Amino acid sequence: MSRAALLVLADGRFPAGGHAHSGGAEAAVKAGRITGAGSLADFCRGRLHTAGLVSGAVAAAAVLGVDPLELDRATDARTPSPALRVAARKLGRQLMRAGRATWPSAELDALARQFPKGAHQPVVLGLVARAAGLGAEDAAYCAAYESVSGAASAVVRLLSLDPFDATGVLARLAPELDRVADRAVEAARAVVGDGVNALPAASAPLLEIGAEAHAAWAVRLFAS
Amino acid sequence: MTVTGVRATARILARDDGRGGTALPVLEGDGPLALRRTRGSGAEARVMLVGAMSGPLGGDHFAVEAEVGDGARLSVGSAAATIALPGQAKGESRYDVRLNVADGGELCWLPEQLISVHGSDLYVTTRVEVGADARLVLREEQVLGRAGEEPGRLTSRLSVRVAGRMVLDQELACGPGAPGGWDGPAVLGGYRAVGQLVVVRPEFGERPVGARVLGDGVAVMPLAGPAALVTAVAADALRLRRALDEALAAFG
Repeated sequence: MSRAALLVLADGRFPAGGHAHSGGAEAAVKAGRITGAGSLADFCRGRLHTAGLVSGAVAAAAVLGVDPLELDRATDARTPSPALRVAARKLGRQLMRAGRATWPSAELDALARQFPKGAHQPVVLGLVARAAGLGAEDAAYCAAYESVSGAASAVVRLLSLDPFDATGVLARLAPELDRVADRAVEAARAVVGDGVNALPAASAPLLEIGAEAHAAWAVRLFAS
Repeated sequence: MTVTGVRATARILARDDGRGGTALPVLEGDGPLALRRTRGSGAEARVMLVGAMSGPLGGDHFAVEAEVGDGARLSVGSAAATIALPGQAKGESRYDVRLNVADGGELCWLPEQLISVHGSDLYVTTRVEVGADARLVLREEQVLGRAGEEPGRLTSRLSVRVAGRMVLDQELACGPGAPGGWDGPAVLGGYRAVGQLVVVRPEFGERPVGARVLGDGVAVMPLAGPAALVTAVAADALRLRRALDEALAAFG
């Protein structure tokens, strides 16, 4: 494998549409729950250990060859908010386009045929990582990092937060990100033997409620 | 001396009695879990779960199992809140709920709150299997600490399968020792009461409920299957119950 492929995939400029989503940060800012770097760090930490862990495990399991349809259904069951299911499938479709163009593979073609409306983004991420020659750990890192990086950069725009402060938040989360990626890979390995019920199911009530409130707004800066 | 926790299981089996009502051929509890049949209405049998001892305490392992057959209607409540307490035995306590509603059956599972007391450590699992033509209303409420008290550690996993397909699988972990950010703006944001209401009806397959937000901190969400989830957060148990009652009434 090429380690540099991970940099290409995890780069915020990889054209997979992630910049249009705030990971729930826009709703949290509006509700007054994120007001600066401190509350952004708490927000990101909560996202990392819930949505980030689940996405990391799903992506890692996809790299390990677990059936994408089963992973997609298990992700649905872990995503009760319909607004978040729609956003995740839209992101999955966009990542699919970018991934197929970047690392053409028969497996990605098959996945695109199986999910014309898009599979959940972490499922696609895992198979794109596989097509790029990356491993389960790489995919887990990528998913876990994406679970917080989008929120941090969105808050820079939403609150005019100093970009140095936002990046500092991400840097200080690094040790926890390592642990979440480890747990995600461990869970993914368990899924290979025990099935998708072994996936983590960590949930975040305010992310779900906030996503539904956000989806009902007439005007918003971010898609989710 | 090794202190070990209490193990207790309660079982309910509800069957169509063939005369338009519901019979309870199995209604057994032991130790801290006592079951009482109370007056039902119409075809429905009603059962109260009565906590005969305090707990679960550290190291205890409680289990409740209910099975509802074709044509049977069962409603289960509890006489008081369940209070997770620290105990002499080391380690976490467990509370496992297993519910099975066969095609043509109906279950209303509406227990009182679970209160996580400072120093307690409880892992709760609720697994529900619902047949394609069955109906379910299930409420879960977690209250983090008694009034003004820091909570214990509480992890609660809720999974619901309809016609063999998982439609909901969620785990919430909070309190000391839970993964970071649990009390932050993405997860509970300082709210001390959190609840879920799951409604499964066959007609939701054709006509899913619309997603909507009911006030601050309550969302009604159609799941990927003939089911809906209400998730609510609130400052305290009373406000949470009010929010979930209003959401339930809105289902009609």
